[in-house]
Amino acid sequence: MASDEDSDEDFVSYGTPLEPLEEDEPTRKPVPVHEQTVKDEKGRYKRFHGAFTGGFSAGYFNTVGTKEGWAPSTFLSTRQQKAERQNARPEDFMDEEDFGEHGIAPKEIVTTDDFASERKDQLKDKARAVSSITALIPGDTGLLEELIAPARSSIGVELLRKMGWKDGQGVGPRLKRKQPKQNTGAVRVYGCVLPPNGSEESEEDDDEFAPENVTFAPKDVIPVDFTPKVDSHGLGYRGLNPLQALEGGSGSGHINLFTLHSDRATSLFGDKKKSGQQRRGGIGGQAFGVGAMEEEDSDIYHKDSMSNYDAVLGGEEPGDGLYGWTAPQQYTRKKNDSKRDVAYSGRILEGFTLASQAAEIKTVYPPPDLPRDYRPVHYFRPVVDPSSVSPIVAQALKASRGHLSQDAPQQGRHNLDSAQRRDVLGETPLEGPSSVFELLDSKDRERLNEFRRAAEGRNKPAGDLSSAADRAAVVASAKAAALQALSSRFKSNAPQPDSHTQSMTAPIQPPASSETQMVLNAWSAPTADASKTFKPFSNNPQKQARYDLYINKLKQGNKDALDSSLDSFMTEWERGRERDEFVRAALLYKPSNSSLSSRFTRSKQEDDTDNVEVTRDQENDVDDKQAAVKMKMFGKLTRETFEWHPDKLLCKRFNIPNPYPGSSVVGMPKIKRDKYSVFNFLTITDSREAPSAPKTPSSSTTQKLTPEVSTKRSRWDVPVPGQASETKDPLSAFLSETRSEVSAAQQNETGVKTQTESPHASVTPEVKVALSDGQQIEQKTEEEEKEEDEEEVRPPMDLFKAIFASSSDEKSSSSSEDCSEEEDEVALPTSEPIQSGAGTVNPLISAPITPVPDISNVTDLKHLTVQSMPSAETAAQNTQSTDNAPAKSGLDEEEFGPRLPPPGFVPPARSPQLKKQKKKDKEKHRAKKHKKEKKKKKNKKHKHKGKQKKRVDESNSSSDDTDSNSEDENRVVSTSELLQRLKNIKNKR
Amino acid sequence: MAFPQPRPLAPQLPQLLLRTVDCQQGAVRAVRFNADGNYMLTCGGDKSLKLWSVSRGTHLKTYAGHGYEVLDVDCSYDNSQLCSCSSDKTVILWDVGSGQVTRKLRGHAGKVNCVQFNEEATVMLSGSIDGTVRCWDTRSRRMEPIQILDEARDGISSLKVSEHELLTGSVDGRVRRYDLRMGQLHVDFVGSPITCVCFSRDGQCTLSSSLDSTVRLLDKSSGEMLGEYSGHVNKGYKLDCCLSDKDTHVLSCSEDGHVYFWDLVEGSLTLKLPVGKAVVQSLSFHPTEPRLLTSMEGCVQVWGAESEDAAVEDVKAE
Repeated sequence: MASDEDSDEDFVSYGTPLEPLEEDEPTRKPVPVHEQTVKDEKGRYKRFHGAFTGGFSAGYFNTVGTKEGWAPSTFLSTRQQKAERQNARPEDFMDEEDFGEHGIAPKEIVTTDDFASERKDQLKDKARAVSSITALIPGDTGLLEELIAPARSSIGVELLRKMGWKDGQGVGPRLKRKQPKQNTGAVRVYGCVLPPNGSEESEEDDDEFAPENVTFAPKDVIPVDFTPKVDSHGLGYRGLNPLQALEGGSGSGHINLFTLHSDRATSLFGDKKKSGQQRRGGIGGQAFGVGAMEEEDSDIYHKDSMSNYDAVLGGEEPGDGLYGWTAPQQYTRKKNDSKRDVAYSGRILEGFTLASQAAEIKTVYPPPDLPRDYRPVHYFRPVVDPSSVSPIVAQALKASRGHLSQDAPQQGRHNLDSAQRRDVLGETPLEGPSSVFELLDSKDRERLNEFRRAAEGRNKPAGDLSSAADRAAVVASAKAAALQALSSRFKSNAPQPDSHTQSMTAPIQPPASSETQMVLNAWSAPTADASKTFKPFSNNPQKQARYDLYINKLKQGNKDALDSSLDSFMTEWERGRERDEFVRAALLYKPSNSSLSSRFTRSKQEDDTDNVEVTRDQENDVDDKQAAVKMKMFGKLTRETFEWHPDKLLCKRFNIPNPYPGSSVVGMPKIKRDKYSVFNFLTITDSREAPSAPKTPSSSTTQKLTPEVSTKRSRWDVPVPGQASETKDPLSAFLSETRSEVSAAQQNETGVKTQTESPHASVTPEVKVALSDGQQIEQKTEEEEKEEDEEEVRPPMDLFKAIFASSSDEKSSSSSEDCSEEEDEVALPTSEPIQSGAGTVNPLISAPITPVPDISNVTDLKHLTVQSMPSAETAAQNTQSTDNAPAKSGLDEEEFGPRLPPPGFVPPARSPQLKKQKKKDKEKHRAKKHKKEKKKKKNKKHKHKGKQKKRVDESNSSSDDTDSNSEDENRVVSTSELLQRLKNIKNKR
Repeated sequence: MAFPQPRPLAPQLPQLLLRTVDCQQGAVRAVRFNADGNYMLTCGGDKSLKLWSVSRGTHLKTYAGHGYEVLDVDCSYDNSQLCSCSSDKTVILWDVGSGQVTRKLRGHAGKVNCVQFNEEATVMLSGSIDGTVRCWDTRSRRMEPIQILDEARDGISSLKVSEHELLTGSVDGRVRRYDLRMGQLHVDFVGSPITCVCFSRDGQCTLSSSLDSTVRLLDKSSGEMLGEYSGHVNKGYKLDCCLSDKDTHVLSCSEDGHVYFWDLVEGSLTLKLPVGKAVVQSLSFHPTEPRLLTSMEGCVQVWGAESEDAAVEDVKAE
């Protein structure tokens, strides 16, 4: 029923839907049935009935009071407002419930009579039916009412009338068809005024002479009305109609209580009953007397005859085509001629006539049954001439498709050779030698056969040499043999071209050899266990096998392990690529210390994903920015802008329209990259090669110029001072110059710092030299060990405190404490009194997480492995750590960000050592302050003269005597601009 | 006859110590004014968060619920909610009146350095040492952040929110400005680890202090440097900087126990306010008046431009 109203809905849903469940919401306990209450819209307990409709809780708990008690209404004099005293209406005494849906006076929006449909409401119908029975003159109340009723018709009828419609006509375009005489029977004439009897005949006569050009209104179609069945009577029962019953229809005799609606409708209009007996009005009986024109009632007392009853169930259906589509099926089929159809559809389209004979029905034949293995696409196999293709390819083709076109000659005429054609044609073989072989001597032939057999190793019948297929096979095998020999020779020579190419590529990428050396060093260590190492190429078993071979050879200390383990059948490029990958993989997944590796287990889940998500926009070169910062040229050089997508909800919460509506990306747009791609690793080379650069003698000269790499700097900004001047940067020339200037400035700075350093750190310059030189590694390791010994002696808590206190300002001596300092970093929070218990876990966890997933992560990984190593290291580990020493010294305390100052209440009992350190600190402070004051003065100077700033900078930096003019100009302009801008800011305020 | 406009008074600097409050909650990691500047919030090293009256210096309420020292706090615009972050990796949303934890949000992998409400207190933004900024929804009961900003390559040390922008300072030496309206991320390279970032009150500039003992004023739109302020000591600690109430001065904590005031335009050191001997950790400037809060070790100092008695008399006179 509901679906009738909203027809746009495809489905009907029953009941009220559950509210969408929110995940975090705690599950509510369902209210048991006996505690459930019905409340109205105001939250009160619902009364289903008002006082007028049987409600028992009228007022406030059946009283006239309120919650506060009953207050009598105060007397109000109405003397002044007598005129406008309003009459109390019944509604004033009604409860709200009475106005509700179920109340006595429901206040709801209803269609007014003007717009109401023809169907009367059932209450009224019922009331009328009752009254009609109990009326004085039975059966006539309705008639009287209709007589008296004002001429009022619905809006729809009014509109139709305005459009030219007349009562009784059908709706629709006019027809040329003969007008059905539907009105004649339906005209009800009441009273004594009766149409002349002859009119009927004359009408019928007129029909015959109806002119062709006269159109008639279409036949009125009685709508099939679907009245819902609400009573409990049988289907089709309509009760005794007093009109019919009392009329005493002599013709009909039997009063059929069971008729269909449509049938009833026809009876109303009397389409079929055109006989005059029904014309008589509703008022009947001889109580009024028999009119002059009226024939006398034949019999008042009706006598029913049994012939009116059906003796058989399911007899012939009465009625005609007015059943509509609800008619019983066999009934419609019986009268299924085309004319009837036309009558149903109402009219034929203009310009069309009915076909005299029905169109032929097309017989549709079912498609043939396809065989089960039928493939709808035909695949043309490439015809491969075995002689033109290398045997390897032929082999592959054979393997892949099962057969080659060698046995194809049977298919094409042109592929047949003469003997085959002859066989096909059924000719007799020609006399004489058919082959060159036959011309040979029999002995020679024997010998040849012998050769061939030996060469082939196959047992082929010697006689059928003539067949082309075999000859092709011979050729192919010969070729294969030749190629085999060639390739074997190639294989034996394989290392040669490789080493050749290596020597060629060596000048291009000098670190390659050093890398291999490093790898060799790392893997030839006795602790290296290949079986427990990471398998980087596990998704490519062959590659992994080659890698394993390489690793194994590395372990044996084989120098040319790399080249010998590569696949010689690969192209040069592939091999080069793989070589690069292997070296990097071997470097990255270096065998860890056995004691360390025993702590870790292999992950159970294989990370099969070959792709890593990488942000699309990568940051530019950091060195350039660093140079720009040093030059204080903030702006374009230091500013980078990326596309960034805020979350939809975030925009909503910020009350901001989504800048990228419709975009599903959140954050920086990402792209997928191959995880183990060379290019991923290549991006890190510059940062990683920097520390290893000092080892190569070639770069040591440039290193001399800027001997210190180990100034304080974040690990992300590892500069390449030595190589910077060499590399061809797209940026302008002055940038590179300033870069060298920067490094020089740094040098100065550290020079100053080393002066202020305490005697404890006096070793550091040596260490620095050692670093740059690379030859005095032993010395460094000695020192390391010394420190480690110290560590073991000291109580840990004291150590942490001491270092914490000292490291507050001490930054220049970063290289003096390389390994231990990193540990301090890790253990920093323990120095704070509150956390002394279990604080260490926190930073330890946070440390590996800090870097975001990035490519540069890879470098980090290396550092981390070094960091997390226990202080007591094996010899092998020591060599490794010296390898990384420069990189490590690059790290310093800034790595984990600015720290929190110490809380004020330091425990009073302090170790003398601590005090000493504090004093040292103070000294340093003083020195720094002094320096700072100097700087301040300089600043003041530059404030007075904008131009002077430049000179100050020049005096600061020692080695920038080659500043270009363009740079100078740039500076001046920028400062003036800045001033202007600042003034603007002031004005704004 | 039109008189010329009276010359605007020279900006008054809060250089008079009005009172010192001993917070008794360990080291005061951060001190913050509330939205209207009548109250102050202190983050203690003993896991507690305290609410004080600025004018009387009385302790009003303690908010306990963190599992480690509290590092930062922010107050919503209507003073009904607080958000705080802590070394215990959590961010807590508090109900000011009842002192109850409204929401405790976990997700950061390391200690959370900074936290801020947005303008309408619908989102909390927290920056952590794990290098991410997480945006938490205060409206829904979801425990996951709306969005995680993981562009930083090192820990986030400071964070500020404006109407449609998010400013973060990271240890990787970059100041990142997320422009929600434009859908853009602007990265300014400063080089040295950033300890604190601020918007200027007019919203046109950003202020960033870094571990090279320098405070820089950058133009927001172009990234150009408008001013550089140095002289203080900021080498290893996470210290705050800010702008004065009318953007006339730049303030920064220092490790030498002073608060430095620089003239914004000229860049000259106007005032070197001695606070004590230890490190001045945190400071907060009153939103409208020349009033300053500084924290050193376990105490908070309230500074004003004129003595409080005079101010009271002024009020009475009115």
